[in-house]
Amino acid sequence: MRNKIVFVLGALAAGILCWQLYNILLVLPNEKDQGAIYRIVYFHVPAIFTGFMGFFVALGASGAYLATRNLKYDAFAAAVTEVSLAFATIVLATGMIWGRIIWGIWWTWDARLTTMLVCWLIYAGYLMLRRAIDEPTQRARLSAVVSIFGCTDILIVWKSIEWWRTQHPAPVLSVRDGGGMAPGMEGPIYWNWLALMCLAAVLVIIRMRQENMSREIDSLRRLAHSY
Amino acid sequence: MIDQRNFMFMFYGFAAAWVIVTAYVVLLALRERRLREELDRVRRMVEDSVKRG
Repeated sequence: MRNKIVFVLGALAAGILCWQLYNILLVLPNEKDQGAIYRIVYFHVPAIFTGFMGFFVALGASGAYLATRNLKYDAFAAAVTEVSLAFATIVLATGMIWGRIIWGIWWTWDARLTTMLVCWLIYAGYLMLRRAIDEPTQRARLSAVVSIFGCTDILIVWKSIEWWRTQHPAPVLSVRDGGGMAPGMEGPIYWNWLALMCLAAVLVIIRMRQENMSREIDSLRRLAHSY
Repeated sequence: MIDQRNFMFMFYGFAAAWVIVTAYVVLLALRERRLREELDRVRRMVEDSVKRG
């Protein structure tokens, strides 16, 4: 059943991405000021939506672990965080490439970019922390705290372009009172977001399977040592 | 010339996204193989322990 879900979600993601790649490259015109490079937004924005969504799901799972002490929630939080960090990496990489053309620099320490980098470092630290602690309950408790702490930074990242004057563009999506994009140009962002969510779900399912295998290995080891 | 550079960097952006996804998928596949091998080894270890009583 789980393999079927992985296959269906993977096929759906691949189908939407191929369709939208055709749309983005061959149907949509260049943006009048930025030219072709604006198309990076079609991966940059869906990747950050997917990543942040994952971090919030991890927050929920971490809270559920602290409330119930059930290690399944901890495993789920770890799986979702790792996958979300991959999408956060895409955001930083694509943003830097876009900035090199539009701003003439790879990086600047403005509020949006810096808070996003801090967010990436917090969740990278979360994964490093998990590798450093062997005792499962202590690892789960401390990881949950870091996950909850990390989510406060996400709110700062989200609001940074409103709170401070930054080099990063102001909101352009109509859902966020931006309205800087033509309606036809906004659609592919949401389609790609759907595709990346499907892809993220596939990766989380695979990562969860690995967490279950790790736990089985741990319990079998304990069993072997008890003889 | 500027348009060509602009298009090239757009391609780099798309490529970077897919390279990161692909690298992560490869990492997952390698980890899965290592875990399967480890699981088989530990299962054999338990079976041996049971046989020896």
